[in-house]
Amino acid sequence: MAALLELKNVTKIYSRGLLTQVSTTALNNVSLRLDDAEPTVMTVAGESGSGKTTLAMLLLGFISPSSGNIYYKGQDIHALRGEERMMFRREVQAVFQDPFSVFNPFYTVDHLLTVPINRFKLAKSKSDARDKMVEALTAVGLRPGDVLGRFPHQLSGGQRQRINVARALMLRPKLLVADEPVSMVDASLRANILETLRGLQTNYGVSIIYITHDLTTAYHVSNSIVVLYRGCVMEAGDVETVIKSPQHPYTRLLIDSIPWPDINRRWGETEIKAKEMDLSDNTTGCRFYARCPYVMEKCKQDPPLFQLHRHQAASCFLYDQHPVIAPEKLSDLLPV
Amino acid sequence: MNDTVILQIKNLKVSYYTDAGRARALDGVNLTLSAGEKLGLVGESGSGKSTMALAMMRMIKPPGRIESGQVIVDGTDLIPIAEEEMLKARLSKIAYIPQGAMNSLNPVIRIGAQMIDAIKAHKDESTPDWISTEDMEKRCKEALTSVDLKSSVFRMYAHELSGGMKQRVCIAISILLRPKVIIADEPTSALDVVTQRQVMETIDRVQKQIGAAVILIGHDMGLMAQFVDKVAVMYAGRLMELSNVKDMFTDPKHPYAQALIRSLPNLENKGVFNGIPGMAPALLQLPGGCAFHPRCPKVMEICRTQRPEPTTLPGGRTLECHLYTTKA
Repeated sequence: MAALLELKNVTKIYSRGLLTQVSTTALNNVSLRLDDAEPTVMTVAGESGSGKTTLAMLLLGFISPSSGNIYYKGQDIHALRGEERMMFRREVQAVFQDPFSVFNPFYTVDHLLTVPINRFKLAKSKSDARDKMVEALTAVGLRPGDVLGRFPHQLSGGQRQRINVARALMLRPKLLVADEPVSMVDASLRANILETLRGLQTNYGVSIIYITHDLTTAYHVSNSIVVLYRGCVMEAGDVETVIKSPQHPYTRLLIDSIPWPDINRRWGETEIKAKEMDLSDNTTGCRFYARCPYVMEKCKQDPPLFQLHRHQAASCFLYDQHPVIAPEKLSDLLPV
Repeated sequence: MNDTVILQIKNLKVSYYTDAGRARALDGVNLTLSAGEKLGLVGESGSGKSTMALAMMRMIKPPGRIESGQVIVDGTDLIPIAEEEMLKARLSKIAYIPQGAMNSLNPVIRIGAQMIDAIKAHKDESTPDWISTEDMEKRCKEALTSVDLKSSVFRMYAHELSGGMKQRVCIAISILLRPKVIIADEPTSALDVVTQRQVMETIDRVQKQIGAAVILIGHDMGLMAQFVDKVAVMYAGRLMELSNVKDMFTDPKHPYAQALIRSLPNLENKGVFNGIPGMAPALLQLPGGCAFHPRCPKVMEICRTQRPEPTTLPGGRTLECHLYTTKA
């Protein structure tokens, strides 16, 4: 099967300082693949500083990897030129975290939606453009009459976020990179936006990379999940398995810390070790070393990925009796 | 937990006077809180949660105005007192951790200096033992240790700290003068789950230490279930339902509270989304009768014309809904 998007051993290192080169590895040897044939929703989860936004920026081609390559339909996205580059720009769309700051406050919603239509020459006439807008807005559950002609400040956060999704949808994308799309939206509206996203995948065949720290919503929208911690893949697999029976100590901590809206399910008793202040590079060893309750001597070396089941792998020496899989093969065990 | 009433809010009304008309952001809210109690205030954006916090601190700015009502903290009504007295009352009687507090730290002043500034600005004249700088420094370091930070943070700058640590610095500042009431406005909305849990556990611990009442404002019902004793659901400037956390989650009474609880994702029904249909009403043009009636699944004729008055059900739950006034 052809790959829609493929990351091959991608590493991103941010360096700062002129004389004393301090570097931070934001993403360490990550390989992922999304198939062209079957649209899927993949969650990339992790706390702040785990490299999830770096991953989004890489996928969208805003920054280039320090090593490794990113391919879109078999072509390196940084080698794309002209027509092909325009196509990539059109087919890979993004929805960002903050629905309040992404709009130009002086543009009405009509104008905001006209910009991409003109840019990519989607419509033949003005009335055709209008029809396209109405169709996209209806698809995300907005009443066009409510939003067209209005300014962004007259709309609620949930409406704005859905306009973002509608804008992306108009371009008929193949891939949507959604970076924390609901974290700044009211809890009561989250469900609506997630439903819209899920609908994009089922009705329009759009693959979605859903980047979040919220594992409950991840569980509801996605098929597979990759858990990152300080740039390294900690655990990956089928969302059902990973959320219901997490194996890596870090994933367990994450799931244990979800504030469940259930008074019978309290936060775990386990004391959490404070996050290490020093985020500079320790390039060897498990990144979770300092906080792990099961830390062992051999954790000072890099743990490989161990395949636990057909659809689950964890990068932890607790599971060293299981077969090792190469990072490039990780995508093979993610279900579609 | 003891039963001394520490905070009483009586018929608090706040309006914003805009060019387009008068927006009633807070419309007659009544609330009582005992020492050591934790209350969660939930509602959509624009429901008046933050206005309520600001009104309690008397920090409503024009065009907003506190129309009427009382905020009684530890026996003193804060609304009529002079501005200088109010300045002293802030932080020593009632402390406020605003939304995104961690971004309010001054980047070019050391954390310690900011803490000492806070003490100097708000301390009571009745506390002469903190006059010397050494004593103030000692007090600040104690506060930092009680929120699980090293006392070396005292000499650091904000940029040297992570988001969770900055938020804990803000909590440390809020407890410096041992207030009776702490209001935390979405203290963790910008933090990830693990840090969020740490911050909430910190608030929990320090409030137990100093026996303060806590009001946690937010829209994350999950967090409420984990943290508070009582939940108040706000909608369009009014308290729709106030009950203890157990009743709220097992048997919500108000249709809006029911919809809120139902919209929460859980692990049992994958892929089922129960959003609340419709939009929060604009405060400038509130629907007549009950403000929730256009979105309410159980709307009755009376809801369109008459606003429900608060009723108290057995077990101390307060509700504003015709479903329960007519039955009772």
